[in-house]
Amino acid sequence: MVPLWMYLFVSAALFSIGIFGVLSRRNAIAVIMSIELMLNAANINLVAFWRYLNPAEINGQVFAAFVFAVAAAEAAVGLALILSIYRNRQTVIVEDVNILKW
Amino acid sequence: MELTWESLAFLIFSVLSLGGGLAVVTLRNLFHSALMLMLSLFGTAGLFVLLVAPFLAAVQVLVYIGAIAILILFAIMLTRTIMGVQTTYNSQWIGSAIAALLVFGLLLLTFTPLGDDVFDEQLSANLEEDPVDDVDYVTVEEIGIAFSTRAGFVLPFEIVSLLLTAALIGAIVVAREDEA
Repeated sequence: MVPLWMYLFVSAALFSIGIFGVLSRRNAIAVIMSIELMLNAANINLVAFWRYLNPAEINGQVFAAFVFAVAAAEAAVGLALILSIYRNRQTVIVEDVNILKW
Repeated sequence: MELTWESLAFLIFSVLSLGGGLAVVTLRNLFHSALMLMLSLFGTAGLFVLLVAPFLAAVQVLVYIGAIAILILFAIMLTRTIMGVQTTYNSQWIGSAIAALLVFGLLLLTFTPLGDDVFDEQLSANLEEDPVDDVDYVTVEEIGIAFSTRAGFVLPFEIVSLLLTAALIGAIVVAREDEA
């Protein structure tokens, strides 16, 4: 069986890719996609630890299912906000949305 | 570690997952990014299958690839007038790359001890009692029971249902055209 640290390696790499995307992309939708990558990395970790440390309990899978629901809620609200901003200001570039900047 | 079918599948799925992820953050065309996001999510679903979580793999394909990725595609197409004329990265992308590498290094440091022989032996001892061939698969039925009994997770389940409903209603309200 593949050792646990390999899953953790993949998950850490995916999380770091997501961090890079969130911090560096200019388009707000690209930022949301990067956030989805990070949520996925967290999910890989949850399921891997469940499988390797405590496969008799169901908790790990249930927790991962909750992460799915929260990710769906986050994507829906985030994309709605982006559409609303686009309608009002004709831009989806993160730096151009600076009305809250003091 | 010898090359088994499982490790080969792990290799393929992790390459799909990581390569797709890299393409998401590097591709200039957002539409291609979204397609690559689907690829990455599919790779993750494969990893779930390898971890003996078939329910989560199915949910990953149905909810993530089937719903969230399509939602993202819709958002991209609704806002695409300025697509292509913009540069991909903002001015702080070098700093972001350094920060991401730092986080990656810290995470590596955290779980490197897991690669040590002691932990490896403990873990493989755990797994030898529970080899992958005769795992008691957690069935959808068991997950459903866990979600709907008081001994299980009925309260968190109801709360997350409420959260999802509120988020979706909020999304409709926020995205609706003003009837002025």
